[in-house]
Parts: sequence; structure tokens; C-alpha cells
Amino acid sequence: MNQLRTWFLAPARLLTFGFFLAPLAIVVLYSFLTRGTYGGQGAPFTLENYTRLADPLYLEILVKSFWIAILSTAICLVMGFPLALFIARSGPQWRGTWINLVMLPFWTNFLVRTYAWMFLLRDTGLINTAFQGLGLISQPLPLLYNDGAVILGLVYGYLPFMVLPIFSTLERQDPFLLEAAADLGATPWQTLWRVTVPMAKPGILAGSVLVFIPCLGAYLTPDLMGGGKSIMIGNVVQQQFTSSRDWPFGAALSLVLTALVMVLLWFIMRRGGKELI
Amino acid sequence: MNHVLEVRAVSKSFGANHAVRDVSLNVERGELFALLGPSGCGKTTVLRMIAGFETPDRGDVLLDGKQIAQLKPYERNVSTVFQNYALFPHLTARQNIEFGLRHKGNAIGDLAARTQKVLELVQMLGKEERFPARLSGGEKQRIALARSLAIEPDLLLLDEPLSALDPKLRKRVRGELKDLQRRVGITFIIVTHDQEEAMAMADRVALMNKGILEQMGTPEAIYLRPKTRFVASFLGSVNWRGEYGVRPEVVRISPTAPRNGARSHRAQIHSSLFLGNCFHVEARLEDGTALTAEIPRQDQTYLPGENVHVWWHPDDEIHLPAAS
Ligand SMILES: Nc1ncnc2c1ncn2[C@@H]1O[C@H](COP(=O)(O)OP(=O)(O)OP(=O)(O)O)[C@@H](O)[C@H]1O
Ligand SMILES: [Mg+2]
Repeated sequence: MNQLRTWFLAPARLLTFGFFLAPLAIVVLYSFLTRGTYGGQGAPFTLENYTRLADPLYLEILVKSFWIAILSTAICLVMGFPLALFIARSGPQWRGTWINLVMLPFWTNFLVRTYAWMFLLRDTGLINTAFQGLGLISQPLPLLYNDGAVILGLVYGYLPFMVLPIFSTLERQDPFLLEAAADLGATPWQTLWRVTVPMAKPGILAGSVLVFIPCLGAYLTPDLMGGGKSIMIGNVVQQQFTSSRDWPFGAALSLVLTALVMVLLWFIMRRGGKELI
Repeated sequence: MNHVLEVRAVSKSFGANHAVRDVSLNVERGELFALLGPSGCGKTTVLRMIAGFETPDRGDVLLDGKQIAQLKPYERNVSTVFQNYALFPHLTARQNIEFGLRHKGNAIGDLAARTQKVLELVQMLGKEERFPARLSGGEKQRIALARSLAIEPDLLLLDEPLSALDPKLRKRVRGELKDLQRRVGITFIIVTHDQEEAMAMADRVALMNKGILEQMGTPEAIYLRPKTRFVASFLGSVNWRGEYGVRPEVVRISPTAPRNGARSHRAQIHSSLFLGNCFHVEARLEDGTALTAEIPRQDQTYLPGENVHVWWHPDDEIHLPAAS
């Protein structure tokens, strides 16, 4: 019995070690090394990569990244909850169709979809030319290369990760509970706030975590839609591994980011997120 | 007029399925009314129209003389105890009870006092801080009942309240429920497919079949004076003999012909089963028909093959044409 258990768990253990713990150990190691003159890294061991983080420049970017991630998550929630509710309440013959539509963007590469947005939003893009053609505006609107465009791109990219977990909790809700609420005098609006939303809390939490974490570490969207002007912490990490050739500093940065996310998750779980796990 | 509820000729179809057809009921204030019938006859649909979860296609529903058929469930002072109890899983027993009270504009102090009162009524004091997942089936039912009682509805609807309980508990809860109904004085409508349950609990019973109301009256009235063969057979077994029927418990057996004005037939005992409180006897009459009798235990025992006389009083015959 116990042996069987060991064997069944072996692949999962191997995977956890090979794909998660081992790379993490390498990152930890690198973060304490010194950058080589022509790239690469080596002795001596140092804490300098971490002390450099106190630079207000990086702190500012970090705070801004948090803001953009929080805002994107909030917008995803406000848009995603009603959508998930609509799908959960539509007839079973329609549900599959709606869910497939929500997931449809995944069939196309994220990079391609981001470029599609850029074609829509840039100064000579579809929206600006159409508006100018209609005589609504004389100068092109600044739709691209700003924080708003980054948030738009993030919301667009991660909305399905909000919709799906909320949908799955809503779908499991006993419809008799809604009748019971009405029976006890609650209007549909009161029922939404007192029954539907509280019961969807696990889905809301899961969705928020699934959107927030990739938004915080995003680099492709801010790079393309922010046009380098609206830089996020993910871009800084990426630069260290590419143009700056400073792997130790990049490793330290990403470790700090990981630690921050873990502290945040731990906090969320303690504050009533027990349903999450 | 003392009818708290009047249902006037309501009909409801689901597609081509006529779930309820022309059903009329009147329920008196403070009574325990049972809606009885076989599975699929439309009992739940009638209950849901009274609660407001379904709108009748035709007909009126009057609560205290006021038309309510088109009102939303939250606009009527009627409460339902659901078959699966429908307790809110994210709220404790106490919060479940308070849920309805909060919508009635109660002061917080009043709220606590009323919650306490209903918890006492259903004997659930001390378990009010538990979540529904930590309550047994019987306890969930008590909390569901308390939650409905707390809002002091004009009418309390219970859909198969005993069916989810185990058989031993069922008989006890039956008595407790009736007792509770008397104490609070709220009108109860109970849906059940168990005729014994309906007869034991209800002041009056409405018997439905295939979406139609067959008969309404006190348990005695509908048992002793059924208007259709369906009613007679649903409430107990009947030996149908052409134009009339006799219930097994009115049939008597004796070795010789009775002298009084009884209807008597020669017969042969086919089988005799001892059931504890009575004998269940199958007899074959001279004309070849079979007859079932329930003979008191004190009577003589008969053996298969014995020749006897079976008889009954003509007053005990149920005269109904076969087509009814
Ligand atoms: N929402 C619905 N949609 C379609 N048909 C329905 C619906 N509700 C009930 N019916 C049909 O209406 C008829 C009456 O159903 P109802 O639930 O009222 O019966 P019931 O007497 O309560 O039966 P049971 O004792 O099995 O609960 C059934 O044929 C049922 O299939
Ligand atoms: Mg039913």
C-alpha cells in the first residue's frame, strides 16, 4: 500500500524537483554571484545584487508594476464576474459555446494577438484612421504606448483566467439557493450580493491570483503596448538577461519578485482563502 | 371568509405536458393541509405556484383575499421548506435564520430575540453557530424550518418534509411537526405521496392525480366516502366487485353463514398470513373471484383449503361505477 503510494507519487516528485526546485536553486545561486566583465558570472559571492535593489529607480518601477497588476486584476474581475454569471445562468446547450468563445483567443499566439491590438490602436491604426475619416478628431488619439494601453493588453490577455474559475464555482451553485433567498424576501439584487457573490468567493480568489501573478511579471505586453515608455518590473528582469548581460542582478530581481508574490499569497490564504486549496 | 389561501382553477403546462389542470383549493387559517398524490401528479408544481416560483398559465391564487398569482416570491408572505432544505452553505445556522429577518426591516435586538425564539421552537439551541455542512439531515431540516418560521409567514409550504429522513425518524418527526404547527398556529401545506402520512398529520387532504384534483376533505371523509375509484384505491386497498368495492378490513369470515342482513358468499381459503396485528387472508369465492380480507388477530385461524363464508355489511360497500 505504502509502496504503491511511493511509486504513484514518483513522477510528480521528479517533476517538482526537475522543473521547479532545481531551476530555482540555480537562480538562487546566480543571485549571489558577481557579473563577469563580458557577461557570464562567477566568484566572488556577494550581496551586492540585492543591495542594488534599494535604488529608488527600481522601487518606483516595482510599485508601478504592482499598481498596474492590481488595476488589471480589478478590471478583469469587474468584467469577468458578470460574464461568468451570464454563462453559468445560460442554458446548458449554450454554456459550451460561450466557454469556447472565451477560450478562443488561446488558439492564436499571444504575440500575434498583441500585434493585432497595436494595429488597431497606433496613430495610423484602424481606430484613429476611422475616426479621422469620419471627421470626429483632427489629431490621432494617443491610444498606444502608455499605461492605459498596457492595462488594456493585460486585461485582454488574462480575462479568461478570471472567467473560468468564477464560472466553475457559479456553475456548481444549487439553483434552489436562489429560490430560497427569494422566498425569504431577498430581491434578485440582494440575492446576488448575499448569496451568489459570497459563494463564488473561492472562484473570485483563484481568478484574481491567476490574473494578478502573470500581470505583475508581464514583460511582453508592456514592451510592445507600452513602447518602452511604460516599463514594468518584468522588462527590467528581461533586460538584465539580454541587453545588460547581468544575470546575477536579473536573478536577484526575479527572486525578490517571487518572494513578494509568495508573501501576498500567504496573506490572501490567511484572510479567508482556505477554500483556495 | 376564513380562507387564508384560495387557489382558483389554476393550470400550468410545461410544453405539451399538462402538469396541473384546473386545480382549485381552499385552505383555512391555522390548519395543516396535505397535498397528496402519486409521483408526477403535479403536487410540487401547485406548491411552486403558491410560493411564486412558477406563474400559472390560467387561474388565480389568492392570499388573504388578495390576488398574488403574478407577484414575485419575495413579494408574498409565504415561505417554503425545500425538500433538500436549501440552507446557505456559507452562513451558519444562525445567519441562515437571520437572512430572512434582515429583509423585513427588523431592529438588530429584535432580530436576536426572534432567532432565539425559533431556535427554541425547533430545539436547536446550542447548535446555532454551526455551518450546514456540520449538521445532520434532521438538524438541517429543523434549521430550514426555523428559518421559515422566523419570518412569520401567512403560509408555510413543505415539500416532502419527511422523505429525506430515515424511516425510524420519520414517524417521530411527523408527530413533532404537527405539534409544532399547533403551537405556532401558522397554516401549513405539506406535500407528500404517502397516504398514511397525509392521513395521520393533516386536518384536510387534497388528493391529486395526473394534474387534476380528485377530492378534497378531511381524512375520514375521503377515506370513507371517496368520490372516485382512484381515491378509494390510493388511500387503501379495495376489492372491486363490479359496481362496488369492499375494503379488506370490513370483510369478515365465519365457518357458517351469518344470520344478520350481511352480504354473504361461500368461499375457500387460499392463503392466510399472520401480520402481527391481523391476519391477511386471500379467499376464492364460488364465482371464481378472489377477495382479500384483514381479520383481527383475536378471530379464529383458518387454514388454506377450508370452506368458509365471507361477509360484510352493505353499508360498508363503496359504490362507484368502474369508469370513475
Ligand atoms: N420545470 C419543469 N419543466 C418541465 N416539466 C416539468 C417541470 N416541473 C415539473 N414538470 C413536469 O410536471 C409534472 C408534475 O411535476 P411535479 O413536480 O409537480 O410532480 P410531483 O407531484 O411533485 O411529483 P413527485 O412526487 O415525484 O415530486 C411532471 O410530469 C413533471 O415532469
Ligand atoms: Mg414533487
